[in-house]
Amino acid sequence: MKLLGEKGVERLLSVVAFSAISALGLIAVFIFIEGLPFLFKYGIKDFLLSSDWRPDAGKFGIYPMIAASFWVMLGAMLIGAPLGIAGAIFLAEFVPKTVMNIIKPAIELLAAIPSVIYGFIGVVVLAPVIRDLFGGPGLSLLAGAIILGIMIMPTVISISIDSLLAVPVSFREGSLALGATKWQTVHMLTTKAAKSGIVASIILGMGRAIGETMAVIMVTGNSVMIPHSPLESVRTLTANIALEMSYAIGMHREALFATGVVLFIVIIILNSIASVAIRKKVIVK
Amino acid sequence: MEESKKVHDIIDIKNLDLYYGQFQALKSISMSIQHKMITALIGPSGCGKSTLLRSLNRMNDLIRGVRITGQVLLDGKDIYNSGMEITELRKTVGMVFQRPNPFPLSIYDNVVYGLRVAGVKSKSQLDEIMEWSLRSAWLWDQLKDKLHHPALQLPLDQQQRLCIARLLAVKPEVILMDEPCSALDPISTSKVEDLMHELKKDYTIVIVTHNMQQASRVSDYTAFYYIGNLIEYADTKKIFTAPGVKQTEDYISGRFG
Repeated sequence: MKLLGEKGVERLLSVVAFSAISALGLIAVFIFIEGLPFLFKYGIKDFLLSSDWRPDAGKFGIYPMIAASFWVMLGAMLIGAPLGIAGAIFLAEFVPKTVMNIIKPAIELLAAIPSVIYGFIGVVVLAPVIRDLFGGPGLSLLAGAIILGIMIMPTVISISIDSLLAVPVSFREGSLALGATKWQTVHMLTTKAAKSGIVASIILGMGRAIGETMAVIMVTGNSVMIPHSPLESVRTLTANIALEMSYAIGMHREALFATGVVLFIVIIILNSIASVAIRKKVIVK
Repeated sequence: MEESKKVHDIIDIKNLDLYYGQFQALKSISMSIQHKMITALIGPSGCGKSTLLRSLNRMNDLIRGVRITGQVLLDGKDIYNSGMEITELRKTVGMVFQRPNPFPLSIYDNVVYGLRVAGVKSKSQLDEIMEWSLRSAWLWDQLKDKLHHPALQLPLDQQQRLCIARLLAVKPEVILMDEPCSALDPISTSKVEDLMHELKKDYTIVIVTHNMQQASRVSDYTAFYYIGNLIEYADTKKIFTAPGVKQTEDYISGRFG
């Protein structure tokens, strides 16, 4: 460090930081360069709304994958959001601080488990249970929704806890001093004050659910079909890219990049909404 | 009116000891609070006056490691008895905090919060008590046209009086005030003090204050605390003109604290 001096270190760090940012920027540019021309060539409407995906016949309609991604994401939210928010409320409001300080990092650690492990558990444990209980192939939309529901829970819990804890103690005291019980305080006041943070946690969870690939490929069965029941096999947008990229050439390859553009835009929108919501964690208006 | 002002005890504190873990914050406190009077608790920081105030509606229960022995009788019933319904106690003995803490809700929702907590649903009843509470806290004329505005946008003194209105709505008997004016400027302070005089007709008020002038202006009785002990408790006039204990005199004349 002595060699570089104060100014030198600063310059070095800024170069590193900028290369990281520009790498991200380049990825975005790359996806758009590869994908956008196809969108205009093939027609955005045909691409998004047709359900005919036969790359060998030159048909590239990704509607079944859009529907699959949407339903899997929605199912994951229906499972993960209520459980995650309930868990966050319990940990933030009803458990001693010391206990929360152990459990919260443990839950956040769940996010570090490689998604292939979640997929593995889905295939080995969850799919057979679904097959036995409800019939169908087991590897299904429902399996995807359950696995993703579990996978997004760390995100939902962690951000919801942060926003609940950001609610000033004085609000809670004021409520209790008016004769409210702890639970009344939570549902009449604390959750309302932390609303935008909780909403942000759900939206970030949605982003994760839509973007997740490996676990989804393993548990959803990957048939290109518009789902009519949660027990059917489906293929999401991400799964489609991952499964076909290795052998795709020409228009097919471009179509997969265009799918990437669609995903990119959806996730950028979701994350922007979330970061706006997080910024005003507590509604002080 | 003079008839109803007949002096009697509403709160009777008997041999109250309070510990935070190993530390004893209150040492064998005994004092009675007179009905429909204003009682001031004064003393230097850390003397236990706020702790005492918070043990009158069991807000100290929220702090881990607090241990209490002795009795606090409210209308003859020990509030530390296991049969005491704590939510009922806090409706009877309400509290105003040091920093105004209106909820991040509308003015209307703030005032009816305690009623909703108590299960009141009828809109007409809520409206009626809400108007009465705001009138009692001298806020109705200023706020009647913006009941659905966010309470946190009000100036601080109105916020504090809104907190008082919110309390009046649940019909308390005793109002505890923990340095209610320390966040306010002198003009706002005098408004809150005037309001206290008005409220005295119907409520018993216990106020913790750092401000000796305030204690002498508003209170009927004054208790001087020092390191967890009740040093002297008497008529406010007597405390400020002819204190019976040397320590009280030193504190009041500004020699320490």
